[in-house]
Amino acid sequence: MNDIAVLGAGMHPWGKWGRSFVEYGTAAARAALADAGLSWRDVGSVVGADTVRCGYPGYVAGATFAQALGWQGARVTSVYAACASGAQAVGAARAQILAGLADVVLVVGADSAPKGFFAPAGGERPDDPDWLRFRVLGATNPAYFALYARRRMALHGDTVDDFAQVKVKNAAAGALNPLARYRTAVSAEEVAASAVVADPLRLLDICATSDGGAALVLSSMEFARRHGHPDPVRIRAVSTVTPTYPKAVLDLPDIATDSAVAASPAPHGFRASIARAAYEEAGLGPEDLSLAEVYDLSTALELEWYEDIGLCGAGEGAKLVREGVTALGGRVPVNTSGGLASFGEAVPAQAIAQLCELTWQLRGTAGSRQVPGARAGITANQGLFGHGSAVVAVR
Amino acid sequence: MTRTRRPVVAGWFTDDSEEENFRLLGTRCAACASVFFPREDSWCRNPGCPGGGELVETPLSRRGRVWSFTDGRYRPPAPYVSDPNAPWEPYTLVAVELEAEAMVVLGQAAPGVRTADLAIGMEVEVVPGVLNEDDAHIWTTWHWRPAPVHARVREERS
Ligand SMILES: [Zn+2]
Repeated sequence: MNDIAVLGAGMHPWGKWGRSFVEYGTAAARAALADAGLSWRDVGSVVGADTVRCGYPGYVAGATFAQALGWQGARVTSVYAACASGAQAVGAARAQILAGLADVVLVVGADSAPKGFFAPAGGERPDDPDWLRFRVLGATNPAYFALYARRRMALHGDTVDDFAQVKVKNAAAGALNPLARYRTAVSAEEVAASAVVADPLRLLDICATSDGGAALVLSSMEFARRHGHPDPVRIRAVSTVTPTYPKAVLDLPDIATDSAVAASPAPHGFRASIARAAYEEAGLGPEDLSLAEVYDLSTALELEWYEDIGLCGAGEGAKLVREGVTALGGRVPVNTSGGLASFGEAVPAQAIAQLCELTWQLRGTAGSRQVPGARAGITANQGLFGHGSAVVAVR
Repeated sequence: MTRTRRPVVAGWFTDDSEEENFRLLGTRCAACASVFFPREDSWCRNPGCPGGGELVETPLSRRGRVWSFTDGRYRPPAPYVSDPNAPWEPYTLVAVELEAEAMVVLGQAAPGVRTADLAIGMEVEVVPGVLNEDDAHIWTTWHWRPAPVHARVREERS
């Protein structure tokens, strides 16, 4: 079994604090180390999830956090995969632990995000697809989310009220999470009254940009046993798959899909393949899940994830939210943390924060948002340029 | 000073042709027939391609069907060019399924086309358009607009 142990989880509260990402990451790291009962000097390797900075520190996040915590000679790695950066950092940490290169690895991701839309790095770069979609089309991230939402309405009969119910559900969970940025309930009427950003999605359908940080202390199962953690939360799978050709669904930041003239698309789309790879590696399936944390970049996108992680069939996502299946108290609560709807986006921290929530839920220490008897959970997200990421954790 | 018309990206569409001859330009692999847009001139990206094929410039279908659509109610960040002092005019974005190429291509809708004018599955056609203008240039692009009914009838008869 390729399990590794989660010994510690920690976050800096999310918000719009206006300070350096180093501060958030370091605070999260110290919280995770304290949670694990270990000192920074016990860490044999540090993996940083990178954030884009016009200047080096964000691009070399591993060493930046190591310097802030005090150089102590650990192995160091820095990882960039946009929204999947945190999961890829966990993947790198896991590989080092399983290879016997390190017993204890600290994984850290943090960001201080700009206000408003995410934009590509500056300069004149017509060979960069991300630069091109802004220059040629003005196609922001919400524009892509809206394209998916509109298509769901036409194909499956989803309504804007179904989308609003996702926000209502996630805001209710976020209100119970002291680390979330937004901690108030939201009504469907408030969603409907917010401004349209990209038809049919409104401001409250789309996650905000935020500051925040998250960290994990991971170790080999043997180290965990030797150090007083006989039954830790275990990471059983880390999926990092790419799409398969031809990718037939328009994804960020592409202007067109692959052509399916020469080859047929796989029966399952890219997002579904991310979760399938994790299930296969973990040796369990959606029927075993107690909860899930998925990327609700938009409310409508969360419904798509229900289908992609196998909670229901294609087109049935809205039915799950209508019936309360994915709410706290439902059969498979999704985004018990409050999701990005309550946290906002701090890109390199997000996938790590998802795992922090699974850790607390699987330990039974999630307080008023606890899923009773949680035994298994999955996280899922997708990074720019075809970075897949899903993590399965069990207890 | 006269302004020069320049495509916003070179080689993506026929430059300064009449509306009826305007086409998006992709490339096609001579070995496996895969089509690429934006054009791929370096190598075929189909992992099942037998290889050795040249990438030949190919005009894409002029008409397709709406896969999805939306609009931009807020000003996008740079490098999108807009006058920060002028009131923001929302544009419409359309993702269009091209049957012959078996692919979806995103583009802005022609000026005046609103989301209310569109429906998924509706037939649209590609037309030349202007993205923005500065002191020296008129930057040209492609736009999607609902295909006129008479054009559809003519097409069906031919
Ligand atoms: Zn080929």
